[in-house]
Amino acid sequence: MANSHDSGHTQEGPTGLWSWITTTDHKRIGIMYGATAFFFLLVGGLEALLIRTQLAKANNTFVDADTFNQLFTMHGTTMVFLALMPMSAAFFNFIIPLQIGARDVAFPRLNAFSYWVFLLGGIFINASFLIGAAPDAGWFGYANLTSTQFSPGLNVDFWGMGLQILGIASLAAAFNFIATIINMRAPGMKLMRMPVFTWMSFVTQILVVTAFPVITVALVFLMFDRMFGTTFYSPAAGGDLLLWQHLFWLFGHPEVYILILPTMGMVSEVLPTFSRKPLFGYAVVVYSGALIGGIGWAVWSHHMFASGMGAIADTYFAVATMLIAIPTGVKIFNWMATMWGGQIRFTTSMLFAIAFIMMFTIGGISGVMHASAPSDLQQTDTYFIVAHFHYVLFGGAMMGIFSAMYYWWPKVFGKLMSEGLGKVHFWITFVGLNLTFFPMHFIGMLGMPRRVYTYGPELGLESMNYAATLGSFLIGIGTLVMVFNILKTWKGPKQDVGKNPWGAATLEWAISSPPPVYNFSVIPEVRSRLPLWTEDGMSEVPDVPPEPVHVPGGSYWPLVTSFGLVGIFVGAIAKSVPIAAIAAVVLVVGIFKWGYEPFEM
Amino acid sequence: MKPFLTLAAALLFVGVTGCEGPFPQSTFEPTTSFAEDLDSLFMMIFWIGMGVFVLVEFGVIYIMIRFRAREGAEDPKPVHGNTMMEIAWTIAPAIIIVFITIPTVQVIWKDANNNPPDALQVQAIGHQWWWEFRYPELGIVTANDLHLPQGRPVSIQLNSADVIHSFWLPRLAGKRDMVLGRNNRLVFTPDSTGEFQGQCAEFCGTSHANMRFKAFVHEAADFDEWAEHFTAAPAPQEELTELEQAGLAAFREIRSPASNSCIACHAVQGVSAGILGPNLNHVGDRSMIAGGLIENTDENLASWLRDPVAIKPGSLMPNIGLSEDEITALVAYLRSLR
Repeated sequence: MANSHDSGHTQEGPTGLWSWITTTDHKRIGIMYGATAFFFLLVGGLEALLIRTQLAKANNTFVDADTFNQLFTMHGTTMVFLALMPMSAAFFNFIIPLQIGARDVAFPRLNAFSYWVFLLGGIFINASFLIGAAPDAGWFGYANLTSTQFSPGLNVDFWGMGLQILGIASLAAAFNFIATIINMRAPGMKLMRMPVFTWMSFVTQILVVTAFPVITVALVFLMFDRMFGTTFYSPAAGGDLLLWQHLFWLFGHPEVYILILPTMGMVSEVLPTFSRKPLFGYAVVVYSGALIGGIGWAVWSHHMFASGMGAIADTYFAVATMLIAIPTGVKIFNWMATMWGGQIRFTTSMLFAIAFIMMFTIGGISGVMHASAPSDLQQTDTYFIVAHFHYVLFGGAMMGIFSAMYYWWPKVFGKLMSEGLGKVHFWITFVGLNLTFFPMHFIGMLGMPRRVYTYGPELGLESMNYAATLGSFLIGIGTLVMVFNILKTWKGPKQDVGKNPWGAATLEWAISSPPPVYNFSVIPEVRSRLPLWTEDGMSEVPDVPPEPVHVPGGSYWPLVTSFGLVGIFVGAIAKSVPIAAIAAVVLVVGIFKWGYEPFEM
Repeated sequence: MKPFLTLAAALLFVGVTGCEGPFPQSTFEPTTSFAEDLDSLFMMIFWIGMGVFVLVEFGVIYIMIRFRAREGAEDPKPVHGNTMMEIAWTIAPAIIIVFITIPTVQVIWKDANNNPPDALQVQAIGHQWWWEFRYPELGIVTANDLHLPQGRPVSIQLNSADVIHSFWLPRLAGKRDMVLGRNNRLVFTPDSTGEFQGQCAEFCGTSHANMRFKAFVHEAADFDEWAEHFTAAPAPQEELTELEQAGLAAFREIRSPASNSCIACHAVQGVSAGILGPNLNHVGDRSMIAGGLIENTDENLASWLRDPVAIKPGSLMPNIGLSEDEITALVAYLRSLR
């Protein structure tokens, strides 16, 4: 089974559960990423609704303090690591090879490994709920609250180890996509002919491989402190609590761009397609994306203006942070100029993309407000910040992902989602998100800190919190409409959407929907940045391969290896040497068999 | 201009449950020049941001209406860009940034190393989950009520006894973290007398939400009177009523385990020297108890003693199983510490 086999003549490839478990096809792995991330999105959303229910009125007792702290910690952790990142990964997997004219990613089995490690990592971190010890020190896990003295339970261990596991998945995937984008482009697909989505994903992957090692180091220190009594974060032994904050945000700020840049790429595909106009200032959009990624590395301490770093650091980080407004503003104006003079079609995908511009702008403006270090002394750790980053990550990133979902759905599944239901989903979500997050600006500036499980009526903030809670339930209803739309489309009749239902310009729309297992019957030669909008923009891709296409078969060794890897962490959590030892053997055997398995591209 | 946002907030949500406010922790009603600086920076960026907001949001809506797809229209011109325009909208945000950056940096350096020699020195120590306030020059140690004189600079050194907390007193100062192993500082001059509310702003564990405090700004003479009163020793035992004496005995009792004894954690001048919990000298004079969570009344104090964890989840003061008689006596004794 693990041997490669030739399935070049079939369009669909092997079927059945086993074929999915052993698949190395980037399209199937993309679908699995998407489905898993969608499940975790629902989990994280449910956690958000419980949080908002508790805060709907003052002195509420819907959940207790410890439960609330677990909920907001897991809401943040889930949305960042288990929903938004892997949703982007779903599109990296499915779309990037198609956009650059490749048959698969550079390392198909490593790709499968990334997915399995991500899935098992997600299960690992959520398994903590089953023993009532979900992480409860915040997604940012500030030392020394995470020390064994102040967090004696397993909660922080689940969090720290879970993030290590997910980091391995992200790193493996990022190396894979960097190698893919650099090496696997079709002839003529120069870097500056790459679609913006692929470009922004490329920048994102570079951020992942540079940022994740930093959090890995921080977490290894933490785990050593907790398990072996080291003192990295122990002031009594000469450690420094700000060390954690610097390491965390040195990762954490690039992480924000890891979440938003791919979605900037998504809307940069959607806006031109539905305006029937090329992206305005392609080169500038690409450069500013790269610049946002670059400056994103130099601003981390703006999360720490209240920590007392001193005037020199405050000045530097305030100025550096403000600089980000420039490339961001450029992007927004370029998107507007793309629409200017176009023939705008208001599909669901386009509505989400336009909402992205409008909502992300609000998050950008409030971002400048706390880039001003003294001004931030009032804003930091209040609901104003919660409003800010939800406008960036929900109003921005999530809208971008919804837009991409409606846009590429026909390419992935060969069916169009219902536009009617899609628009209902859009409007409910759009109203709901503003009703939820706009009042939070006021809630914060009028005196409510973040991460509080309760607040007194004397703050005068009850009605605004109530409005925010109503809004969050609207978002919940919108999400149910989307789930219904997905199920309806899935169960619905077969459709023939053709190769290019939206009349888009990029390479993935040159092949059938869904694409055949080998993607391109013949690797095309690309002669234009917009191959489908340009006369003679690419060489012909026949519907039937002129000669058999060799497609590598599946492999279960990535799955075995990932079980071994995650098993070691299970052993560590259970403080069981036998479990860890068995898992280590499985890991080594898995890597060995993987390495010697005949597997040809 | 300043109450604009407060007003907008009230108006926006008036429909939900009717008018709200006042907002005791509002950042829009500063009463020190320090807090005013922060507020005016915010307001300046707010108005600039409002301009950008209107430009982009209404720009997008205008484009959506004007360039909506029409039946039978020609394909749009495939414009790929315009260098001059792109340079223009690169420079425009850069100029705006300069306008925001200059006052920002000015305020940063104005507050840097600001520690006037005549300032009243206060040390604020964050504990899970209550506030300790020390006045080294006056020899006062108190909890959850911060008393300050009007018109004199106050220099608050911020420390922590355990995890990271953040001192936030919105109407008098921005927030600053209390970090174990570091000495952070907030300096400001209270301009108006009155009662102000503050709260911990850094997540510090189970009862983070319940870590609140009050600041009382007095006229200079009243502050001196307060300080003199607070340094007075408690009444000698023989002056206590019978009930209060019983409370003192309960307070002194060595319980099992010993860590359940009141005196293991609490200090009262001439009685005990515990340091883990709030110093109880003049506890009868304080406005709030339990980390600024509940008002200091006989009833509240009794229910606090009955089961602290029920009032403040995670409270390090355990329920030590006091009898109702002990509680009544302890309340009488503690309330007598004035």
